Order: sequence, then structure tokens, then C-alpha cells
Amino acid sequence: MRVSRVTVTDVDFVADFSGALFWEEQRLLVVSDLHLEKGSSFAARGVLLPPYDTVATLGRLAAVIARHDPRQVIALGDSFHDRCAHERLSKADREALTALQARRDWIWIAGNHDPALPSDFGGMVASEVAIGPIVFRHEPTGASGEIAGHLHPKARVPTRGRSIERRCFASDGERAVMPAFGAYTGGLSIRDAAFAKIFGSPGFMAHVLGDNRVHAFAASRCY
Amino acid sequence: MSTLDLFSVPPSETADLLPRRFRDWFASRGWSPREHQLALLAKAREERSALLIAPTGAGKTLAGFLPTLVELSGEASAAARGEGAQATGAADEPRKSFISTGRAVRRTGGLHTLYISPLKALAVDIARNLETPVAEMGLPIKIETRTGDTPVSRRQRQRRYPPDILLTTPEQLALLLSSDDAPYLFASLKRIVLDELHALVTSKRGDLLSLGLARLWKIAPQVRAIGLSATVAEPEQLARFLVPQPGGASASADVVTAGGAAPPIVEMLDTRERLPWSGHGARHALPEVYELIKRNKTTLVFVNTRSQAEMLFQDLWRMNDDSLAIALHHGSLDVAQRRKVEEAMAAGRLRGVVCTSSLDLGVDWGDVDLVINIGAPKGSSRLMQRIGRANHRFDEASRAVLVPANRFEVLECAVAIDAIAENAQDTPPLRSGALDVLAQHVLGCASGEPFLSDELYAEVRTAAPYASLARTDFDDVVEFVATGGYALKTYERFARIKQDKQGRWRVANPKVRQSYRLNVGTIVEETMLKVRLVRSRAGGQGKSGGSTGVIARGGRMLGQIEEVFIEGLVVGDTFVFGGEVVRYEALVEDQVYVSRANDRDAKVPSYMGGKFPLSTYLAERVRKLLDNSRAWKALPDQVHDWLSLQRKFSRVPAVRELLVETFPRGGSHYLICYPFEGRLAHQTLGMLLTRRLERARARPLGFVANEYALAVWGVGDLSFMIKQGKLDLNALFHPDMLGDDLEAWLEESALMKRTFRNCAIISGLIARRFTDEEKSRRQVLFSTDLIYDVLRKHQADHVLLRAARADAATGLLDLRRLGDMLTRIHGRITHKDLDHVSPLAVPALLEIGRESVYGEASDELLAEAAEELVREATT
Repeated sequence: MRVSRVTVTDVDFVADFSGALFWEEQRLLVVSDLHLEKGSSFAARGVLLPPYDTVATLGRLAAVIARHDPRQVIALGDSFHDRCAHERLSKADREALTALQARRDWIWIAGNHDPALPSDFGGMVASEVAIGPIVFRHEPTGASGEIAGHLHPKARVPTRGRSIERRCFASDGERAVMPAFGAYTGGLSIRDAAFAKIFGSPGFMAHVLGDNRVHAFAASRCY
Repeated sequence: MSTLDLFSVPPSETADLLPRRFRDWFASRGWSPREHQLALLAKAREERSALLIAPTGAGKTLAGFLPTLVELSGEASAAARGEGAQATGAADEPRKSFISTGRAVRRTGGLHTLYISPLKALAVDIARNLETPVAEMGLPIKIETRTGDTPVSRRQRQRRYPPDILLTTPEQLALLLSSDDAPYLFASLKRIVLDELHALVTSKRGDLLSLGLARLWKIAPQVRAIGLSATVAEPEQLARFLVPQPGGASASADVVTAGGAAPPIVEMLDTRERLPWSGHGARHALPEVYELIKRNKTTLVFVNTRSQAEMLFQDLWRMNDDSLAIALHHGSLDVAQRRKVEEAMAAGRLRGVVCTSSLDLGVDWGDVDLVINIGAPKGSSRLMQRIGRANHRFDEASRAVLVPANRFEVLECAVAIDAIAENAQDTPPLRSGALDVLAQHVLGCASGEPFLSDELYAEVRTAAPYASLARTDFDDVVEFVATGGYALKTYERFARIKQDKQGRWRVANPKVRQSYRLNVGTIVEETMLKVRLVRSRAGGQGKSGGSTGVIARGGRMLGQIEEVFIEGLVVGDTFVFGGEVVRYEALVEDQVYVSRANDRDAKVPSYMGGKFPLSTYLAERVRKLLDNSRAWKALPDQVHDWLSLQRKFSRVPAVRELLVETFPRGGSHYLICYPFEGRLAHQTLGMLLTRRLERARARPLGFVANEYALAVWGVGDLSFMIKQGKLDLNALFHPDMLGDDLEAWLEESALMKRTFRNCAIISGLIARRFTDEEKSRRQVLFSTDLIYDVLRKHQADHVLLRAARADAATGLLDLRRLGDMLTRIHGRITHKDLDHVSPLAVPALLEIGRESVYGEASDELLAEAAEELVREATT
């Protein structure tokens, strides 16, 4: 299988079709915007979404961890949909998450949905992390070497007679914005002004998530 | 003879049914009551519900209201005694009483008649039309309408002081029934008049209406219904809708058929031009169509899709040297714009209207003397109803001209004309009630008076579409409404409806009721985007221009367009909208910005597929026509020659067989088959066949489906594979493809996701309208896809997935029809191994690249798109 890559200031990451980035040299896996327990958060407001989003998200997370066997995992913010979300995790989901954390360095980065991360899980909590030339934080600032999430980029790609809309990485080689990993997370079109602001020019790429690989398009060709 | 002279019925009988005041009124207009109008009066007198089957122009609406008017005139009882002549004011209805409201004495007879129409505008027009006889006869009857546009103050007043006759829609009925005072409001109800019943019952709105009727039967057991319908295939089945179904048996209303309409005169346009092989625009025949409009007073030109209407309208104006008043009417145009066209039409100011099914129903207009149907008729009943729009005088024959746009459509038009001559109907059978609609109804019930499950279950089963509803399905629906019905029951504390100590269900809080009220109804429109005309960006080069530049915002609103259509476009593409060629500039929120393009032709032809597939009945007739070469003589020479050529070169499919041709062409290998089952079923077949061919290592690349045929192409040499025994056609087309292959495909099918989205919205899982801030519809669309993925994986038997599955059987995926076809042709496949494309295959092949293919979002498509860009960049 062809390996797709996203480069940020000379560091090559493997772009996993699940929406995760893997830094081989560091054996570091990054996922963003898990939004765990988003379903039950809606339910409390009267929208009774199926309560299976957490188990689905953790299942995909387990799969990508099995594919790359990372030593470290960074959850790039908005891991929990709201401040009380961790209390609503089912016993099985809690155990699944704990099992994924075993024998790994796990870093929770605080996001706007989960500014105060729960202490009853393993792992460290940080507002941002710098490793070599790369800075990991939740909300993108546009700084060089930055990998962020928060915006949930998606791209619509015109193909034969129709178009396909998928989540994507957005990157211009200097910085990257990661797609949301959570099962119920929607997206923001990469043609939105928010992305132009971060990249400064329209010359960035959309690395679109396919079923088994990631496909690169110039963002200006998507919408 | 259509009209019934007074003297052809024994005068005593007429007098018996119709009080003098009414007979005088008929006479003053120079009319006489028609036989079916009297028949309905007789049914009313016998306390029977009735279904009136009558063509347009037969005085159907008046017939439906006559029993009501007679009863409310206070003369019914007198007339019943045969004393009509002396009866004026003689008998007070016992149900009437008078109360003082302080200012005036008010009659509080309560609501007598409820009229339900599928169209809001129709309800308003009927109310206006009823005022005439009521005023002229001086009847003491108050008539009001209630639609989405009725002001809140009037709605409240209507509930407190109901009119005698209320005209409304199925959605408003549901709303009225969900209020606490529904029993008070409807207790006095005597009659229900259901207009255009044939159109209502084919959709989920019919399900909703049937559940409303079941409520009314409970609240007002004395109520009787009159259904008004165009001719249908099975009137007795339709008549079941009008009466409560007794458990375990079936009951029907009496059927009254208005006879005597002159049979229509229908011809196929015998074009002087060369008949196109494919396409749907019938551009070749436009000068002839224009001539027809010119030669007639007022012509309705029906087409099957919005974009066809747009293109035709534009083309007609281009050749309109006589400046004929020709207008455009379709469902995506602004409502005000549509009403303007309708008014101009009614006033006789228009010579022609190009329209879609948006004018299939509605009030009758003055002097339409010709109906032109462009393209495929799709079904004989549908076509007859359209032709009936020209039937302004009941006893005169309607005139219609069919204009086939391609050779296959010639066959379809020919069999449709035969079917009309035989008066053969092909309306679909009564549907069985959808579970998502039931969920909405359950929430509505809980919003009104609390209910017990056992009682509501029994009540729901009196509605014809739900007569065989299983108790487990009902219980699952109630559970879904309460807590979502998930196996992981985590939402007890968020329940929307709760049981009290007596076991009665009621809404958990007023917010739930409010949300129900805002979201009532079953019409989930295609997500529509507003189209605004802006000035073009400098240069307007389109494609590579990107859309980050500044564009003028807030231009003139042109109308609305389907989101799916816009999704297929690239910035800079041109298409026809609102009668002109426009360029797609940008998409901002729910607004599409377009600029005026000065191009003559739009780049994107966008046929978008008609909503209705070729009926099974007409398909069968087309197959028979093909199989009977002697009958070809009646066809135009060009078509006759085409079929003869096919017979010589390959084979013309026999009635029961499936013809499969394989041939190489332009580096690819093609397989084409001719099931004649409509585009939707073919599309599904295409999806499943490509999966199977993939497994057989035939490396398929794509497919194209039209109403008659399906063509698949790929890298592998299919002819060779079949010869070598590596590909078995009987196995390829085996009905077992509706097993695992279907399941695997449904997992990712965009069509299935759209189907699910509708169910999620109708059932109330996802709200369309919100009390606080409006969530954009685009966001709703996206999130239901995610919900579908998760739910399918973790609770595949969930009631909403079952509802979506039931829809898929007849809706966008047309699974039932595909299943029937696969069973029919199993073991009857005839394979022709050809050197090149056959005459019959040409139309389908010409559509490749023009028809948008509902492929799935696969890596192959994305990879292909990526490679295309590489090629563009490197060459």
C-alpha cells in the first residue's frame, strides 16, 4: 500500500486514513477532536442520538494504534465533548480507553470543549507540547511547525459527474490542521476563510481521507 | 353523455335528494346536478362513506361538498321527507344551539365538515369557490381555511369558535389533533372531504393523514368520509382508506364512479426531424412544439424535471418571434412567482406554460385546450391525469400531443397511447404505513391527551395503511419516541415521553411538545439552496479561479435549487436556472451565488432524473411491443428501422427474457442489459453488478443507467470470460445479489443515507426547525450520515433502520422492483457476443458522461480524480 505523507517543517508524518498522524522516528501518534460522549451530550438536550459514538470512536482509535504501535499518543484537544463527558463513559468504554493507554505515554491536550481534563484517566495533561521543531496545540495560530485541530477540516472533491465530501488534513508544509477523529464530528469546508487565515495563501493541500488511503489535492481544487 | 339532465332522473328522486333552494340555484346557472353528485348525496343520506372516482372537470369538488351544504342549509331533513319545496327554514337542525357571547348571539354547532387537500393553495382556492354557491343560495355557513400561513390569532379563534367548514392540509390536521382541545373541536364533526386522494395516499403524507383519520374516528364515531380521486387502478383498495378497518378483516367505502367523460384524443408527434438516439430535451421537435402553441389558445407543456423545464422555456423564447405569452412553472421557483403565473393563467393571459409535476394537481383553469407532454410519459395514469388538465369542459374530449425525446421514448409513448385507449390504469397499490410517520404520530398523541399503549395500538390499526401493523413494531416505535429505543438504554432520564402510574404516556415537558409542533409533517424536501444573482467576478474564468475573491453579495433571489445538484458542480460551471444560463460563482452557507453567463448553452446539462420511474405496467407493455414485430409497423419509420436493424445485428429481447450484450469499444469492454425496470432499479442493479464483476476480476470501471437499459464497462474482456466459463451470467444476475452484496453496499450507499436522513427527520430524531437558533440544514445532512454509520454498525435492527429499509424497497433504490425482475429473468438470460455496439445499446452509451452516476465514495474515484489532476498538470 502506498503510504501517504504530510510534511511539517521537514518532519514527515504518515497520514493515516483514519485521520491520525504518525511520526515514525518518535513512534508518536496524534489524533484530534475525539469528542467522546457527544451523543449523550445531545441526548441531555432532547436529541436522542444513538449512544454508540464513543464505542465507535474508541474502536477506530484501537485500530489505528494497532496499525502503528506507537510509544506515545497525543490527543490534540476536545477529546471529551463537554466537561462532564468523562463521567458518562460506560464501564466498557472506560476500560477500553485504559487498555489503550497501557504501556504508552499519553498526553491529553486541553481543548475548548474540555479545558479541565479529568484526573481519573492516565496520561499527562498539557495546554501544548513541543517536540523538536513541532508544536502540538488545539487551536491553530498559523505558527510555523504547528500541528493543531479544532477546525474539523473537510473537503469536497469533484470527481466524475459528482463530488465526494470527506474529512481531510490541511497542510502547506509549514503547518497542518488535523481532521476530527470522533464518530459524530462534522466538518468545516477547507474553503472557509478560517483556513485562508491560518495558511496565509490559498496554496495549501487537502489530504482527503479515503476508505483505505489518503489522497492529496490542492485545496483550491476542492470546495 | 356526461351531464345529466334533470329529467333523466325521476324528478321525485332529485327532489328527494336536493332541496328546492339547491335545484333553483343549479337551474339559475343553467346547470343540472350530475349523476355522481346525486349519488354522493344518496350515500350521505345512508350514512355511508364514499369514494368518488371522477376525471378533472366533472364537478368533483362540488359533489364532495353537496352533502355538507345540504345538511347545513337546514333543509336536509325536510328534503328527506320529500317536502323540499316547502321546506325553507322549516327545520332547525337539532345539533345547533345558540349562546350569547356578550356582543352577539353566536351559533355553536361546532365543526361540521373538514376538508383536506394536498396543496395549501388548493384549500384556499376551494374556499373561495365555495363562497359563491353559499352566498348565492344565502346559506348560513361559515367557511374558513387553516394553513401554515394562517395568523395565530385566527387559529386560536378557530379552535374556540370553529367554522362550519374548515379547509386545511394533513399537517394542520395533525397539529390540531395534538392539542388538548381536539376532542372538543372535533366531537361534532360529521363529514370529512379528502381531495386528490389518489395523490395523497402514495406518500408518507398519506400515512400521516390515515393516522389522523383514525384519531377522528375515535373522537367522532359518527363522522363519514368522502374521498375525491382521479381514476386509479384499484378503487376498492383506495376506498379502504376512508373507513375504519375492523381488526382482522377489511372494510371499504362505497365507490361512485363518474362516467361519461369523452375519451381524450392523444397523438404522438410525428416529427419531420431526425429522432435523436438519446437525451430528454426533445430539442429536435421544438419548432413543431412552438407551432402547436401558436395554433392553440392555451397550451400546457409538461416535462419531467425542473432542468428540462428550464431548458425548454429558454429554447422556446429564443424562437418566439411572435412574442407569445409563454411562462414557466416549477416547484423550485419562488412561490410568489408561481402564484403570478397561476393567476395569469386563470385570467387567460397566457398562451403557454412550461411546467413540471408542480401543475399535476390544483385548481382547474379556464381554457386549456391542449396538453403537450415532452419526454417519457412514465405511467398511463399519470399521463391521463396530466391530459385531464385540458379537460375544461367535461363532455368535450381533451387533446394531447406526446413528444418523445428519443427512440426508446417513442416506444413508451406508443404503449401509453394504447393504454389510454383501453383506459388502463397503473397507479401504485396502497402503501403500508411507515414506522417513522407512526413515531411522529405517537409523539403528537402524547402531546395531546395522554394515551394507553393498548388503546392507541388498536386505534392505529383502524387506519388502512397500518391495518396489519405488528404489536412489536408498535411497541418499538413507542420505545423509540420515549428513549430512542437503543439496546444500550442510557437515556431513561432524558425520555421525551413518560408513563404515569396508570401507564398512560404523556410528553415529559412542554419543550418536547413545542418541538413536535415545529417539526410536524412528512415532506422532507431535498435540501434546497437559495440561488442569488450577483455580478460576475472580474474575468469570471471559472474553474481554476478559486472562490476566495470578493463577490457581490445579497443579489436578487432567483429561486431554490437542490443541494445535490450544486454538489456536482465546480465553480465556473454554467447551468440553466430561472430561464437563463448562469455561472456558478460560490456557495456561502445556504446560498448559491450565480452570475449571468452570456453563453448560449449551459455546460452542465443536468437531467437530474425524473422523480418517477417508468411504471411496471408500461414497461411490460414496451417489452410486449418489442416482442411483436408486426406491431412495429405502427411506429415511426425511423424507429421501425432501428428495431429491424437490432434484430438483424443482434436480437430484440423477448417478453420474458433478459437480453445481455457484450462487446469491445474504445479500449473498454461493455456489458449491456435491457431490464426495462426504470432508472432507480437499474442504478441499484448497476451498483450491485459492479461489485460482483469486481469479485470476478472483470475490473469494472463504471456504469450508466437509464429507464430501459444498464451498461457496465470495464477493463476485463467480458465476452472472453463468458466464453471461457469464467463468468456465468446466470450467477451474475442471480437474485442472491440482494443478500450479502446488497448489505455490503448499503453500508456505504449515499442513496441509503439520504433515505435514512428522511426517516430520522420525520421520526423526530433530528429536528428540522428549532426554537432557538436555526441550525443550518447542511449541518443536519452531515450529521445524519454519521449517525447512520454508527447505528448500522452497533444496532442494525434499530427501528429507524427498519423504516429506512422499508423505504428503500420502493423509494430511491427500488429494491422490490429489482427483486421481482431478477426472479422473473432467472434462467432466462440470452447472451449476445458482439463485435461492436448494437443499435439498441447506442442510446445508453450516449448517456455516459452526461448522466451523473450515483457511484459511491470509493478510493477509486478519489484516486481517479487525483490522477486526472496530475495528467492536467503534466501535459
